[in-house]
Amino acid sequence: MTKLLEARGLTAFYGDFQALFGIDLSVDIGETLAIIGANGAGKSTFLRTITGLRPARGQDIRFDGKQIAGLAPEHIHRMGLSMVPEGRRLFPSLSVEDNLLIGASGGRTGQWTLDEVLKLFPALTERRHHGGAELSGGQQQMVAIGRALMSNPKLLLCDEISLGLAPKVVREIYAAIPLIRERGTALVVIEQDIQQALKVADRVYCFQEGRVTLSGTPSDLSLAQIKQAYFGTEVA
Amino acid sequence: MDILNLLIQGTLLGGLYALFAAGLALMFGVMRFINIAHGDFIVVSAYLLLVAVLTLGLHPLVGIALVTGLMAGAGYLGQRVLLNRVLDEDILPPVLVTFGLSIILQNALMEGFSADSQRVPAGGFDTASLSLGSEIAIGLLPLSMFLAAIGVLGVLHWIFFHTHLGRLLRATADDAAIVPLMGASNAHTFALATGIASAVVAIAGTMLAMKTNFDPTIGPSRLLFAFEAVIIGGLGNIWGVLAGGIILGVAQAIGAQIDAGFQILAGHIAFLVVLALRPRGLFAKS
Repeated sequence: MTKLLEARGLTAFYGDFQALFGIDLSVDIGETLAIIGANGAGKSTFLRTITGLRPARGQDIRFDGKQIAGLAPEHIHRMGLSMVPEGRRLFPSLSVEDNLLIGASGGRTGQWTLDEVLKLFPALTERRHHGGAELSGGQQQMVAIGRALMSNPKLLLCDEISLGLAPKVVREIYAAIPLIRERGTALVVIEQDIQQALKVADRVYCFQEGRVTLSGTPSDLSLAQIKQAYFGTEVA
Repeated sequence: MDILNLLIQGTLLGGLYALFAAGLALMFGVMRFINIAHGDFIVVSAYLLLVAVLTLGLHPLVGIALVTGLMAGAGYLGQRVLLNRVLDEDILPPVLVTFGLSIILQNALMEGFSADSQRVPAGGFDTASLSLGSEIAIGLLPLSMFLAAIGVLGVLHWIFFHTHLGRLLRATADDAAIVPLMGASNAHTFALATGIASAVVAIAGTMLAMKTNFDPTIGPSRLLFAFEAVIIGGLGNIWGVLAGGIILGVAQAIGAQIDAGFQILAGHIAFLVVLALRPRGLFAKS
């Protein structure tokens, strides 16, 4: 199968601190991938490096057949790689509708339009003229996902979309993922909830202290293996 | 009648101050950029109009259009080539760079045009007036300046709230760091903001050139008026700068009535009173 995203030997540093130690990871076209791992495992750093928010000059990251390491984040975005950032990061002075529309700044048109996003998340329709800060956490997350979809990405990166949300709300958000997938978009989902990750993903990568400690399809991996890879210790 | 006259003249003067303030507020609002050379850019625009009208012999309106286009382009390029390099979390480098620019511009103007006071003639328009009753006369030039200020603020309002660029500028003001994830380049957006601000600066400077005498050194005091109008009005509100400009203008008009030497000081006092009572300005966005 053709690789949509392929990172080889990816490293990242914060000053003298090394956050990633040679990550090899690939995403196939249309695939949903989950990255799990404890806090500080390097999951968000990985996404920030892929999207160009962190410097990646000289590294090897291929997206859609092209080398993207070192490109500006807006260029990478316009190639069809979009991210829902950790903590949602809505623009507080913009209405819901403006928050969604600004996601289309890169000029990529396609199936996802304002109407389609509002159909995906009907709860937003009646609040479209409200400010982002007036929404519930779940609705804010819907706006953040919708905003990323507005660029009609080939690959959508979701950083901790269930963080701080009630289980019922998390189920609502995750219900949207099959609908996004069926339009051909590949996804990378960072998730702390292992069950949720196993349920949604075709393949799972587990990060621990900046390394990939385990990868495979959910049916291939036992819970014991995952716990070992997640915490780095034998679990009794 | 005297009071009414003062209020009218002060309000009209306030339009010019609002024009001074709008560009400054725009740049600070979008990218937290404090442009110390703002007043000198106003003076540069005044001299450009001088050249357009007196040297090239253009009609003042054509001159204004030309200077506005020129300044907008120069603002875009200047931001893209120079000022973007010093934009960072730290607010100090832009202050230092534009402080240097301010001194360079003043000296360059001094070299090119001497320290003599100049004024651009507006073909009788600058002295014409409308009389309202026997005691009040409204100068056509101050009136058009005021209307221009309202027009400029109206256009800014329209750009901010009814165009994609405006949405982008507001988003950049909120959280510039993630705007690239929306597919828009920060460098380009910042440069567009400065381009628009510079167009407003050009309109302000060309109005100034027709209204009063100017020389290369008056930039910093225009900067001060702009700052005061912005802070009185409150940051983050486009129409706040008009209110700020009017309060400053009226205070100066009243001060001038008491004593000619008291004009500028009265404006500063009004500013200090607002700062003491409403430190965030009168119409700040919460």
